[in-house]
Amino acid sequence: MKKLINAPEDVVDEALAGMAAAHADLIRVEAPNIVVRRNAPRPGKVGIISGGGSGHEPMHGGFVGMGMLDAACPGAVFTSPVPDQMLAATKAVDGGAGVLHIVKNYTGDIMNFEMAAEMARAEGIDVSAIVIADDVAVKDSLWTAGRRGVGGTVLAEKIVGAAAEAGADLATVTALCQKVQDNVRSMGMALTSCTVPQAGKPTFEIGDDEMEIGVGIHGEPGRTRMKLASADEITDMLATPILDDLPFERGDKVLAFVNGMGGTPLIELYIVYNALKKILDGRGVVIARNLVGDYITSLDMAGFSITLLRLDDEFTRLWDAPVHTPGLRWGV
Amino acid sequence: MIAYEDILTWIRTFAETVAAERTYLTELDSAIGDADHGINMDRGMHAVVGKLDGIATPDIGSCLKTAGSTLVSTVGGASGPLYGMFFMGMGGTAVGKETLTLQEFATAFAAGIGGVERIGKAQPGDKTMLEALLPARDALQAAAEQAVAVGPALQLAATAAEAGMLETVPLVARKGRASYLGERSAGHQDPGATSSFYLVRSAATAWSGL
Repeated sequence: MKKLINAPEDVVDEALAGMAAAHADLIRVEAPNIVVRRNAPRPGKVGIISGGGSGHEPMHGGFVGMGMLDAACPGAVFTSPVPDQMLAATKAVDGGAGVLHIVKNYTGDIMNFEMAAEMARAEGIDVSAIVIADDVAVKDSLWTAGRRGVGGTVLAEKIVGAAAEAGADLATVTALCQKVQDNVRSMGMALTSCTVPQAGKPTFEIGDDEMEIGVGIHGEPGRTRMKLASADEITDMLATPILDDLPFERGDKVLAFVNGMGGTPLIELYIVYNALKKILDGRGVVIARNLVGDYITSLDMAGFSITLLRLDDEFTRLWDAPVHTPGLRWGV
Repeated sequence: MIAYEDILTWIRTFAETVAAERTYLTELDSAIGDADHGINMDRGMHAVVGKLDGIATPDIGSCLKTAGSTLVSTVGGASGPLYGMFFMGMGGTAVGKETLTLQEFATAFAAGIGGVERIGKAQPGDKTMLEALLPARDALQAAAEQAVAVGPALQLAATAAEAGMLETVPLVARKGRASYLGERSAGHQDPGATSSFYLVRSAATAWSGL
């Protein structure tokens, strides 16, 4: 394992300390490891919090700030945070208007957020929760834990954060978050494994000429392992199941999000975006907005994911609204 | 009779086992999960052992509840709430007790599993820690009814848990991250069932003389 670290057990704490120092104008980091918007709580504003295992940076801590999250709860690498963190974050951002928890659909995340929500409600805070489960690589059935929460989470945090910033109440932002979930689909792939610092070796073995289609953001195996193909072919392998799932139809306007998994050069992400544009053009699906870059990563994994969100005027307006966070910034 | 000190020895033995098998548990988890089970359980049990030293009164119930809440606060993932609820559920039946009979321990153990079932919502056969815990629960209860001594009873429970753990190998996971693999999860031993076997075996080891 080759990594820029001091000690595996210090990775999360030292990264958080670095973030706090680099972005002191936007965020503060408090015990027990929560990233809080610098001027939170804000009276009358609904608090938006999310959280999950570390290793997906800039998600979620990098999305704390004006127009997005009020707090984030980073767990150990690839491990959901503990209820104490979500409870502390909920209290830290509650301005009296309630708090929305945006939860990615993983067994551990769900259990820990549920415990925290119960504790917060017992302390008199109005808490709602929406689960993001947008990964079409996973069969959504009674026989699985359900679809994983992946790229759609970033878009949900931006859109819901903009609505809360504009003064929407808890019921409204909760319904809006569900509406994002209902209109967003994603799928990812990996060229290489990631390496969890404390594990010290790659999470999975993969041949030099192989790729994993449908991979999760923790190196979870996906739908199939196959021989490497061209960027155009791979993009089609991800885009087609996404398009067919919702389904996205001719004339739909979408936000097209091409996300790097952490170890993919930007030049390759643009090759993918070019391929995706051609596929969507061919289907008559209009890219009205886009996002290209590393936003929900999987440590050092090489690979990418595609997320498509079907846009309406409300989503477009909220997407365009100003945002000022360490990881996403425009309009300010 | 199981004394307060025996409960401490059990928990410490489990912590030592998890530390010793940390890499193995994480390897099992990297095959079908996310490669952190040993790391997370070791962090949690290390914290639990630290807390035990600070408990002043020999109350088995509050000791087990402290172990559970410490796991919830330190482990994260699914294992934190699941093992946390196990110990808290056990502790709830033993509040104020300095000793437990085998039947009382079997009842507490079953209550702990009830906590796991409530929060995990898994069914037998889903390829989870229940595969090891449920046979151990039944073996303990049968032993208690037949007035078997504590040490041999835990040995029976550990044997049952081990068999249940090994039976997870061909199963297709229906809960947790392993379920994403579908059929590809078959052929791998479940890491949660493995740590649960260690939990039961730790009692058998710690109480072999009882």
